[in-house]
Amino acid sequence: MREKLAEIKAIEEDAKAQYTHTVNVCTAAGCLSSGAAQVKEALGKEVERSGLERWCQVKGVGCLGLCTAGPLVEVESQSAMYGHVTVEDTPAIVGGLNTKPVERLRVPTGTPFFLRQNRIVLENSGRIDPERIEEYIAAGGYSGLVTALTEMTPAQVIDEVTASGLRGRGGGGYPTGLKWTTVAKAPGPDKYVICNADEGDPGAFMDRSVLESDPHRVIEGMILAGYAVGASQGYVYVRAEYPLAIEHLKKAISQARRMGLLGRSVAETTFGFNIDIRLGAGAFVCGEETALIASIEGKRGQPRPRPPYPAEYGLWGKPTLINNVESFANIPPIIRNGGEWYASLGTEKSKGTKVFALAGAITNTGIIEVPMGTSLQEIVYEIGGGVPGGGRCKAVQTGGPSGGCIPDAYLDNPVDYDSLRSLGSIMGSGGMIVMDDSSCMVDVAKYFMEFCMTESCGKCVPCRVGTVQMYRLLDKISTGRATLEDLALLENLCDMVQNTSLCGLGQTAPNPVVSTLRYFRDEYIAHIEEKRCPAGVCKIHSSVAQTDSPSYAVAEVAQ
Amino acid sequence: MNRGQVRIVTLKIDGKDVGARENETILEVARENGFDIPTLCHMEGLSDIGACRLCLVEVKGSNKLLTACVTTVQEGMEVTTHSPRLDSYRRMTVEMLFSERNHVCAVCVSNGHCDLQNLAVDVGLTHITVPYLYPKVSIDASHERFVLDHNRCVLCTRCVRVCDEIEGAHTWDLMGRGVKTRVITDLAEAWGDSESCTSCGKCVQVCPTGALFEKGKSVAEMTKRRTFLPYLTSMRNGDE
Repeated sequence: MREKLAEIKAIEEDAKAQYTHTVNVCTAAGCLSSGAAQVKEALGKEVERSGLERWCQVKGVGCLGLCTAGPLVEVESQSAMYGHVTVEDTPAIVGGLNTKPVERLRVPTGTPFFLRQNRIVLENSGRIDPERIEEYIAAGGYSGLVTALTEMTPAQVIDEVTASGLRGRGGGGYPTGLKWTTVAKAPGPDKYVICNADEGDPGAFMDRSVLESDPHRVIEGMILAGYAVGASQGYVYVRAEYPLAIEHLKKAISQARRMGLLGRSVAETTFGFNIDIRLGAGAFVCGEETALIASIEGKRGQPRPRPPYPAEYGLWGKPTLINNVESFANIPPIIRNGGEWYASLGTEKSKGTKVFALAGAITNTGIIEVPMGTSLQEIVYEIGGGVPGGGRCKAVQTGGPSGGCIPDAYLDNPVDYDSLRSLGSIMGSGGMIVMDDSSCMVDVAKYFMEFCMTESCGKCVPCRVGTVQMYRLLDKISTGRATLEDLALLENLCDMVQNTSLCGLGQTAPNPVVSTLRYFRDEYIAHIEEKRCPAGVCKIHSSVAQTDSPSYAVAEVAQ
Repeated sequence: MNRGQVRIVTLKIDGKDVGARENETILEVARENGFDIPTLCHMEGLSDIGACRLCLVEVKGSNKLLTACVTTVQEGMEVTTHSPRLDSYRRMTVEMLFSERNHVCAVCVSNGHCDLQNLAVDVGLTHITVPYLYPKVSIDASHERFVLDHNRCVLCTRCVRVCDEIEGAHTWDLMGRGVKTRVITDLAEAWGDSESCTSCGKCVQVCPTGALFEKGKSVAEMTKRRTFLPYLTSMRNGDE
């Protein structure tokens, strides 16, 4: 198998060497939605028209990172990146291939956004065509798998993962090596590996980007996991809202099968492993592992109390390993370069790098990967380019509806699992929403509470009813109809829902409220006592003395 | 289940030493020994789902509260069933239930023999601090003998489980999510049109409130008869 991979690599390199120019067009969802497909087609036609097809190759690649400037086009030979490219710009780009790059379209690549990143998970993102397994192999893909299957025992694979210090990238931060050990030690011949790709946090799109740009990396990680824990079946649970990711994943799985890297005999060894895709039907709670398992089993997507944990009693009652997309994507380089190498990056307790999706009031919206321990300051102001127009960053929201808002004053803190927790937020899966002075923190808390309220599965009482009550109190505050007693009641409810809910959704639903109350209590007080919204976002009722009419409340809830 | 081989463990509940089989839940052991832990979704003879969160207890060494109905006992465990914190959470949980639908005891057929009403008394709930949601929900009286009144439903899913696990019909299920979750018969059809329903009435008997009741019964008559459940389950297990 090693020879086969080397041969493919050689062929790929030869083929590439034939071209003087390679024009990469980002065809991930972000750029695609701003017309990248048309740009790619026009570039191809333009190359043909200019008679350059023997020297110039136009290639669709994964995410180039700077989503805000999409559609993005990169000319490798000229190390030029073009942003906001339209079909009309294509003659100029092709015309400039043998002369000078088109300056007016260029996106500066010497900025911190590109220089400060350390791309491990995203190493191939924007460089290879995600729809061709050959390119992944040429970039060193599947070599770690072959090494592991032929030279390492499953225990050694787990040792490398443990040595790397990798922690779950889905948000929990549970040590990945420990999870693998637990599943490996669980008795029984049937075990499962599940990749959780049900990314649902508002403003988070890391997993989508990885699956769209480099699906083979996730597949390789899953096969390695299967080998390590003794599973022969894997499932990728991906939300149906990601059609392009699903398409790329499907293609990748069938290519890997044809190549002999999936199936009864993986890479000509006695180890067999298969991967199937299961689509989520749009429930946020199905990102919770027990609900996800129920959903794969064809049941209603509701969590169940843990213990027993899936490692012991998971899919169809069998020991099951569940990891997030990004966790699996980290495995191939760890096996290829060793756990020690990975552990040399990051901080003492949070190793490696983390992918973040920058969104909100930030100049460089997009996907970045930085070492753990990078300060929020650096991420927001240097890599992210700060707030557009030079405004002040008021707070950074991390961790989605389970996370919290970190105010400006604390931005010099390093980003790792523990420091974010001590600030009252969480790492989460990596969504980072930057807010400037035009954001009202009560409104932000209300937004996330509304999200949790509509996404609650309805199984346990505190989350089902508590989120509705909290949302209504927040609504009351934001419209200037609340009293200080309402605020006290809200805090009581936060405490109750946090401590008594069944699953992570309910237990963390109050976090946005708790964290904004911790840092921006004055804004709540302004809404309540002065009947005004400092940011000018909330619409305060003109007659605040109005009492709630029950029928009005019904319409709201019954909607 | 081979009881001969089950090990016995000892643990402390509210400071008292008790013995238990290792496969028993905290709730079972606590009730055997006379400790009262309030429950709503739990029903002896049905599977436990840990949904109502009323049976949460404190276990020394665990930073999270654990549901007594699904947590099995362990050697040396120290369980606290009542504390000011637990009592306050329980009271708030019952408050949540009362605020969720339209529980108007005075006009309910289950008044006086309702599990939710009894719970309110147990946790010392005299009034609720959160506003009522007053949802507009329907009543399904299409079945010839029974009525489903969503106004009183607490979504404990006892009906769903008894129908699936004991009767084997699986007529009941859930639809929707969050506060909009509803129990449904078949594929959300009228109960009277249900083809899978055997009209056995087990769902009505296990329902804790007046959400499921028999037609033509007065308040005094509408008591739930649940003796069939321990009888059926012990017969099936071949215990006695």
